Amino acid sequence: MNKIIEARNLAPDVKLFKIAAPQIANKRQAGQFVILRVHKEGERIPLTIADSNVQDGSITIIVQGIGKTTKYMNTLQAGDSIMDVVGPLGKPSHIACFGTVVVIGGGVGTAIAFPTAKALKQAGNHVVSIIGGRTKQLVILEEELRAVSDEVYPTTDDGSYGYQGMVTHKLQDLIKAGRKLDFVLAIGPIPMMAAVSEVTKQHHIKTTVSLNPIMVDGTGMCGGCRAVVDGKTVFVCVDGPEFDAHQVDYASLAKRNRSYLLQEKTAVEEFCKLDAMIKEKEYVRTAH
Amino acid sequence: MSELPIKDRMKIPRHHMIEQDAKQRTANFKEVNLGYTKEMALAEAMRCIQCKNPPCVAGCPVFVKIPEFIRKLETGDLAEAATILKMDNTLPAVCGRVCPQEEQCERVCTLGKKGEAVAVGYLERFVADWLRDYGKETAPAPVKSGKKVAIVGSGPAGLSCAGDLLRMGHAVTVFEALHEIGGVLMYGIPEFRLPKAIVQAEVEALRKAGVEFVTDYVIGLTETVDELLQKFAAVFVGVGAGLPYFLNIPGEQLVGVYSANEFLTRVNLMKAYEFPKCDTPVFEVKGKQVAVFGGGNTAMDAVRTSCRLGAARAMIIYRRTEKELPARIEEVKHAKEEGIEFIFLAAPVEFTGHDNGWLKSVTVQKMELGEPDASGRRKPVPIPGALETIPLDAAIIAIGNGSNPIISKTTPDLKVNKWGNILVDEKSMKSSKKGVFAGGDIVTGGATVILAMGAGRKAAQAIDEYLKKPEIWS
Ligand SMILES: Cc1cc2nc3c(=O)[nH]c(=O)nc-3n(C[C@H](O)[C@H](O)[C@H](O)COP(=O)(O)OP(=O)(O)OC[C@H]3O[C@@H](n4cnc5c(N)ncnc54)[C@H](O)[C@@H]3O)c2cc1C
Ligand SMILES: Cc1cc2nc3c(=O)[nH]c(=O)nc-3n(C[C@H](O)[C@H](O)[C@H](O)COP(=O)(O)OP(=O)(O)OC[C@H]3O[C@@H](n4cnc5c(N)ncnc54)[C@H](O)[C@@H]3O)c2cc1C
Ligand code: SF4
Ligand code: SF4
Ligand code: FES
Repeated sequence: MNKIIEARNLAPDVKLFKIAAPQIANKRQAGQFVILRVHKEGERIPLTIADSNVQDGSITIIVQGIGKTTKYMNTLQAGDSIMDVVGPLGKPSHIACFGTVVVIGGGVGTAIAFPTAKALKQAGNHVVSIIGGRTKQLVILEEELRAVSDEVYPTTDDGSYGYQGMVTHKLQDLIKAGRKLDFVLAIGPIPMMAAVSEVTKQHHIKTTVSLNPIMVDGTGMCGGCRAVVDGKTVFVCVDGPEFDAHQVDYASLAKRNRSYLLQEKTAVEEFCKLDAMIKEKEYVRTAH
Repeated sequence: MSELPIKDRMKIPRHHMIEQDAKQRTANFKEVNLGYTKEMALAEAMRCIQCKNPPCVAGCPVFVKIPEFIRKLETGDLAEAATILKMDNTLPAVCGRVCPQEEQCERVCTLGKKGEAVAVGYLERFVADWLRDYGKETAPAPVKSGKKVAIVGSGPAGLSCAGDLLRMGHAVTVFEALHEIGGVLMYGIPEFRLPKAIVQAEVEALRKAGVEFVTDYVIGLTETVDELLQKFAAVFVGVGAGLPYFLNIPGEQLVGVYSANEFLTRVNLMKAYEFPKCDTPVFEVKGKQVAVFGGGNTAMDAVRTSCRLGAARAMIIYRRTEKELPARIEEVKHAKEEGIEFIFLAAPVEFTGHDNGWLKSVTVQKMELGEPDASGRRKPVPIPGALETIPLDAAIIAIGNGSNPIISKTTPDLKVNKWGNILVDEKSMKSSKKGVFAGGDIVTGGATVILAMGAGRKAAQAIDEYLKKPEIWS
């Protein structure tokens, strides 16, 4: 059981949690993630460790409610507990002083990119952050990123905030303006990562993406998280999650991530039945 | 009780296991074998002729004192029978169910030469179940040595090592990466062959006796072996062989292609068969066509699981013939009764998919038996041009597991062979790293429960000696 120390909303359906997990807080490095299971019947889902605090033994995760488990998580509050948290999993990000780096976060991908942006800044890079959302409310972590970036460009599809357009457009603007970009980190929905990769490939800019396949164990035991990188099968949970953007087969990853679409719909419908929700909440509340 | 003469004993036919009806059982996940009644067990025990140099004992990897425990059972002293059994086998309720007896103790039973072997496994299961349900665990309070040992992995190797070390008076902590204790016994072998309550009862007994269990803890990542060595006097690594092999043929990325590990973990550990009550989904196989590639325990478990999930056609596709199937005879028999189709002498060459990325079919290369090779076995060779396409909704790959590299990568001075198996001294299970012992599938590659358990016990013995005399490490 891991206690939730703090919980607050960052955007509609996006919530930040500080969770007690001292050993993970001690060990984690930027780019690593945890797998957690909210209750006895729960699914195991991967979430990036956005930050950690060795003093109070906590890790921070940022959750976007998109399906049953994440929507359920977003009903939890400080004082509630999460049944299982395991980590830190995956390889840490490759951190070096590249020069000028662009960190691109799309939606909740911003949360996944944040710890690496921070580490890149600490390594002496000039950090340019482009953070996108469909609309103003969905641009998250702007303040946090400003603290670890030299420049921050929020973008919105509808122009309700910041630059109007997609993150790739902003990136292209930077390139057109003649900025010398040494490294790009792009994390977000698969189409976004594929689009960024297209752009940087043309300009020969070294680019890393963080893949988000469906996972079960997170230790290399099931092979469910496999993806194709450079024509070879990789297990994202142990070989990644970060890979060379120009080598990833995005199409097959996108298809594999839709594996359970039908079942997920059922799960969310189930979840939305209020009685089930109350019952489950009761369960978690009384379980500790 | 009057002594029954040998020739009368030999006249008693072997007692068959009571089984759940094949039709009924394909619609549930309950255990197929229902166990002997007490009458049956006592009568089966009478069949043992108490051989002087019992070959069965030599056939058992841990040398269970088979005639002795059977003798006590025959006389109705179940408590004593259980005590004898437990001396050599820490998990008899498990081994009685999943040991390949026909390859081990029962294969060499004297009675088997003319007729049918004594049902050693069924008797073992009976005694162990009795012990769990009615017996009193008389664990004498052990003398505390003041020494602490860390066990990495909670499969049969880790559990048996933990149990023995505890009895020897050491404090034991077991670290497990998953959220449940038991290794393959929990996430791999399905409920219908090994009920999870049985594994949990064994784990609870160890917990009560004082073993500390830490779940959700990946050694190598959450903490390294070197860090453990700062807190524990010795470390036993029993992390199993948990890295699934794939076929490396085109189309393996299609949706609908699973490793057996993933499929079985979803269903067993995450209880996907109770979806949506439980949150973890598994592909809808109800009314669908499912093929499992492979022929071992894992393949049988996967195919029989898909049959229970409602597959319309569930098949095993295997490169060789029925004779070479590595699975247990009982499993193959059960599978056939359940309507599983076996396609022999066929090797998959390609999966093809629909536009949406879902699996559509598999193409297999038909094989025939060629000339006998050096070992005298006729090797399957492809029949030129004989390709067949089989429509499929789900494919499950069960062609074995390699060793998981997390420990070896994070413990550079722990020597492994080219397949990643930890190198140990066979007698003591000592690794190349001081204070670190290893055993089970991580050393041997995928093997059996009883071998893993035996390795854990051997290591416990060696660890005990090492704790008493650390200077013995050369
Ligand atoms: C290494 C890694 C790090 C991640 N970090 C974060 C994070 O910091 N914050 C965050 O909010 N999310 C993160 N994710 C994504 C998160 O794991 C999924 O959103 C979550 O598993 C969905 O579970 P659910 O039950 O709520 O939704 P489901 O009902 O299971 O799925 C809803 C939708 O999401 C898709 N989906 C399912 N599983 C995943 C998955 N693992 N990744 C992406 N899409 C998925 C489905 O196709 C479906 O369309 C990360 C994923 C990975 C692999
Ligand atoms: C589906 C299936 C069916 C089988 N059927 C039979 C059968 O009928 N009869 C038979 O005799 N054998 C059978 N086997 C084989 C048998 O289960 C194994 O040989 C046996 O379980 C090996 O035991 P072990 O203790 O070495 O490892 P495992 O049982 O694999 O346990 C290892 C444990 O270590 C954990 N672990 C791994 N890495 C780490 C880490 N870094 N930190 C912490 N924990 C870690 C794993 O999560 C796992 O729980 C079957 C195997 C499978 C997969
Ligand atoms: S442990 Fe296995 S091989 Fe040994 S006696 Fe029991 S069933 Fe037979
Ligand atoms: S070989 Fe068979 S008959 Fe002889 S002691 Fe063993 S079980 Fe009994
Ligand atoms: S999640 Fe199972 S191997 Fe990666």
